[in-house]
Amino acid sequence: MKIIVNAKPHEISASDLQSALRELGFAGSSVATALNGTFVARGQRAEVQLAEGDQLEVLAPMQGG
Amino acid sequence: MQLYGTEITSRLLLGTAQYPSPAVLTEAVKASGTEIITVSLRRETADGSGTAFWQDLQKTGCRILPNTAGCHSVQEAVTTARMARELFDTPWIKLEVIGHSDTLQPDVFGLVEAARMLSSEGFQVFPYTTDDLVVGEKLLEAGCEVLMPWGAPIGSGQGLRNPDALRAMRAHFPDVPLVVDAGIGRPSDAAQAMELGMDAVLLNTAVAKAGDPAGMARAMALAVEAGRAGFTADPMERRDMAVPSTPVLGMAEFA
Repeated sequence: MKIIVNAKPHEISASDLQSALRELGFAGSSVATALNGTFVARGQRAEVQLAEGDQLEVLAPMQGG
Repeated sequence: MQLYGTEITSRLLLGTAQYPSPAVLTEAVKASGTEIITVSLRRETADGSGTAFWQDLQKTGCRILPNTAGCHSVQEAVTTARMARELFDTPWIKLEVIGHSDTLQPDVFGLVEAARMLSSEGFQVFPYTTDDLVVGEKLLEAGCEVLMPWGAPIGSGQGLRNPDALRAMRAHFPDVPLVVDAGIGRPSDAAQAMELGMDAVLLNTAVAKAGDPAGMARAMALAVEAGRAGFTADPMERRDMAVPSTPVLGMAEFA
């Protein structure tokens, strides 16, 4: 299925958020996630099912003022 | 100084953006003596640069104050705050809801609304606000225990545009920690803020964009300390006219 990850289209085979993050290479990263504009806590990722066209944001710590 | 019940010794808070390199950032953090550094959240890249940055930050031993920089709506700011709480494992959030992309002026209506939502979720909100007293009151009502008025627009380095308004804030909120956030350009600006009775200053660009960031970080730390000492030592009143400091009594007459 095709989903949008950080504004770029990705074809993934995983159906839940946790597996998708692993598939996308974020397994070892310090990231927080939001799906279609709503925060998804780390502990909920395995239960959240993805759908075609979902917009996923994967954010990491970055320099800031 | 206590911020949400946490005792903080250094009255200088430092941003982590725009340094020439991670090594220079680390040096500047050390030279500033800060205990609190601000960070943001951005899209993670394929090379894991955010994760690497996070590992560097943890080595500084500083408390992390994540921001919601760049958020223009309540929804964006609240979602970013929730993500920050999980990522940085802290209830602290520097709440920015930006009203204008050119002036980066806070949208104080959105700010109050977002502050209320986040406070009710257990966040400890550090709102980036203007020097407006009524907005300050609304933010306190919304659950904020710290106010962070701007000195001048973000990144402008103009110093304190309206010192009288900050003085009024100090008088109006005698027991609320006030942190001047944004606009500080030089050590004298930081000292001035502290002399006005502000509890701390938060700055970034002034240090990061200096020719010698670590040197400027040290200068800012000294200025903050000097300004604070000056405030607590109760400065003299200004006078319109000269008053001789050397005694006139006992002057010799040579005419």
